[in-house]
Amino acid sequence: MRDGTDEFVVFDHVQKSYDGETLVVKDLNLSIGKGEFLTMLGPSGSGKTTCLMMLAGFETATHGEILLDGRPINNIPPHKRGIGMVFQNYALFPHMTVAENLAFPLEVRKVDKSAREERVKSALDMVQMGAFGGRRPAQLSGGQQQRVALARALVFEPELVLMDEPLGALDKQLREHMQFEITNLAHSLGITTVYVTHDQTEALTMSDRVAVFDDGRIQQLAPPDKLYEEPENSFVAQFIGENNTLSGVIDKIDGDRCTVRLTSGDLIDAKPVNVTKPGEKTLVSIRPERVEFNKDRLMPGAHTLKAEVLEFIYMGDIFRTRLRVAGKDDFVVKTRNAPDQARLEPGRQIEIGWLPSDCRALDA
Amino acid sequence: MTDAATGPDQITGATPDNALRTADRAEAGPVLSADGTPLKTSLNRALRREKMRALLLVSPLLIFILVTFIAPIADMLFRSVENRIVADTLPQTVAGLDQSSLEVPGEPTFEDLYFDLFLAAEAKKHTQLGTRLNYESAGVSSLFRSSGRRLDDIGEETQDALEDLDESWGEAGFWYGLMNNADDSDDALLKSERARVKALTAEPTGGDIAFAPSAEIAQILPRTTRAYTAWAVYIALIDDDVVAEEEPWEAVYAALGVDLERDATLEALATYAGPGADQLRAAAEADLPSVDYRAAFVEMDDGWGETEVWNTLRTYSSEYTIGYFLNAIDLQLTPNGIEKRPDRESIYLMLFQRTLVMSLIITISCIILGYPIAWLLANLPMRSANLLMILVLLPFWTSLLVRTSAWKILLQQQGVINDLLVWIGIVSNTGRLVLINNQTGTIIAMTHILLPFMILPLYSVMKTIPVTYVRAAKSLGATDWTAFWRVYFPNSVPGIGAGSILVFILSIGYYITPELVGGTSGVFISNRIAYHISSSLNWGLAAALGTILLAAVLMLYYTYDRMVGIDNVKLGG
Repeated sequence: MRDGTDEFVVFDHVQKSYDGETLVVKDLNLSIGKGEFLTMLGPSGSGKTTCLMMLAGFETATHGEILLDGRPINNIPPHKRGIGMVFQNYALFPHMTVAENLAFPLEVRKVDKSAREERVKSALDMVQMGAFGGRRPAQLSGGQQQRVALARALVFEPELVLMDEPLGALDKQLREHMQFEITNLAHSLGITTVYVTHDQTEALTMSDRVAVFDDGRIQQLAPPDKLYEEPENSFVAQFIGENNTLSGVIDKIDGDRCTVRLTSGDLIDAKPVNVTKPGEKTLVSIRPERVEFNKDRLMPGAHTLKAEVLEFIYMGDIFRTRLRVAGKDDFVVKTRNAPDQARLEPGRQIEIGWLPSDCRALDA
Repeated sequence: MTDAATGPDQITGATPDNALRTADRAEAGPVLSADGTPLKTSLNRALRREKMRALLLVSPLLIFILVTFIAPIADMLFRSVENRIVADTLPQTVAGLDQSSLEVPGEPTFEDLYFDLFLAAEAKKHTQLGTRLNYESAGVSSLFRSSGRRLDDIGEETQDALEDLDESWGEAGFWYGLMNNADDSDDALLKSERARVKALTAEPTGGDIAFAPSAEIAQILPRTTRAYTAWAVYIALIDDDVVAEEEPWEAVYAALGVDLERDATLEALATYAGPGADQLRAAAEADLPSVDYRAAFVEMDDGWGETEVWNTLRTYSSEYTIGYFLNAIDLQLTPNGIEKRPDRESIYLMLFQRTLVMSLIITISCIILGYPIAWLLANLPMRSANLLMILVLLPFWTSLLVRTSAWKILLQQQGVINDLLVWIGIVSNTGRLVLINNQTGTIIAMTHILLPFMILPLYSVMKTIPVTYVRAAKSLGATDWTAFWRVYFPNSVPGIGAGSILVFILSIGYYITPELVGGTSGVFISNRIAYHISSSLNWGLAAALGTILLAAVLMLYYTYDRMVGIDNVKLGG
């Protein structure tokens, strides 16, 4: 598992520009520990894939240094970096059988034939594809190709494996299954993994740490739970999970509590995150499952808001209720489908509130 | 696609993989549609309308190609074995010729030859036969031409003698009265002579000729009746004259002379009482000049007394022949069987070999020059790739003739390239390179002209090779070269295959460029075919050469299919 002190991969003030006018990656600083599973998450065009390609050696950094195990690798060609890589569409060589695909990295490393066969076999067994060595990639299903690509990236025992949206082409159920398998494999082998995805569920379930990319910068680098519960800015808050936002102005700040005056004039309690002084504009963010409409559970003296139920959606395990709050029609509340849970029919007027620690006042 | 028993993705639920597994497990056997008919049958029925519509849509093009392209080519290829001209021109001679003999035939065959040749000469077809037989045996052409002019002399002698005997032999009406008998006619004879003239002249001969050969006279005077009937058909239908008003050809008199010399004729005449009986009997008793046909022919041309022309006639008398094909591979048909042609006449095998070898060189040059360009095209950013593509396609905007002529200017000894080399000092002024009117010229010009046909299929295949293949190979530890050679190149082979087939097939049939820049040592088999089509007019040989070329292409295609698989050929996507 993660060893926080060990800096296995380091991005040191790395910048990248393709056209000399705009920076795709702006001043990236990132340390990845040995054995860590780090995910780069972000919308398309956020620079996450470019970072991966720079690490793999297919793109060169315009400025800054990338270190692998303490060595700068900017001038080392990709084939000498010894980094395993799984591509989005697997990039299995169609003219070779599965076994030949796996033998390829060993062949170019001049591993002798018997050792090669043994390692290919054990790598295939590792991904439960032992019976498929003689097939061509085109004769395999998407999930099977995915396993082979994984085995191929691991067969030469690299210390670092890069994965570029490897599960993007699979259907939902298979994807969830593979997420589990990949993390298990990575952890049991103790290899460092850098995983690129735009799917936040994937990022949250698989990673030790997630780096959220936007606009060429890391917006937040944190373990999944921290990322979800304590987003550091409004981009992260909105990008990760579902989120209700209300805009307003800081009324007063008192340590880790503050009061926000919404544009509708109502006052609410919040936790200041990256706001510093009264009068500052802010966007408060509340997760739908942290909204309370049972007054007993709120702190005494807490501010509440009036809300009108607009829509009630039954989703099986949860209820999803859409409210009009402070003039906004898209305020969502999620409640667990418990025996005592109230079902709110549209048109009803209720009062809602939350713990100040669940409501984060972020930059506007 | 998936293995039902061992597949690792054993997730319960409706994944696509599981759906495939379920499909794999489905029971084999005919699937029935709702009304109990086999599914295939009802599917075919449902698709019939669409198929009909598709057929209707392509039918104009299909008919156009059939009529203007496939049919003429089939007809042309048929000429490579067709050999009716000998039997059509000399039907009696061929029928009477002893095939087993190797000697000059006897008098009866010369008689047949005279009457065949006379009709052919009147129709001006004897020279065509001469030309045809001249392909097989040099000198036959002049033999036929000179003999054709002097055939009249032989019959004229008999004609004069008959007319001296009785004026009526010179009258058209007398002859007509003698020969014509509509009530008791020899229809079989008339029909066969109609067919003979039709075969000879290729004109329709079914029309009314207002003449029917008398069966009685045909019995007594077989040769004369036959000659007169052939004449009558020709006069009435080809010359558009009235049979009863025309004096017959000299050949008819000659035929009468031959008939009257036979003892059987005299016996039959004794009881004959029809028209002209007296004149016939008088002629039979008179001492008409006797003609020795063999001697007469030999006098016309010594060639007739030699075995060569007769053996050629014997060898090529059948309606179909493999002679043209043998000729096309430097062999010839002789009465003794198939023999090699003399070396000075043997050029076709050498030409075929040269065509194949040079086409191969051109194809390889195109691969070597085209592969890097195609790679660049497929990997450059859109804008530059488009510009490069325009440069590749630029030659198509100029006429082929202009491009080839440009090469003439560039490659000649006082041309641009030689001037440049001399100026740089690579070659001396006296040692200018011979780059044109030889094989080098053909290879240079054709490589340039056919290069786009290599680049385009290569490009369209390379375009579909994902950039991640090479990246994956490099990330797995392959050097640039290994990644190219082990991963990129094998995936581009279908493009090389498609381009090579295209270039190779185009080049073995190429005509204009070798003709213009090839000189004598750089011409292809196609130039020889063109020569036989337009200059020597030996269409049979041209067709045989063309058929061999076509067969060679189909064989190569088949071999390629067996070795590489034609499914691996991609022109795009």
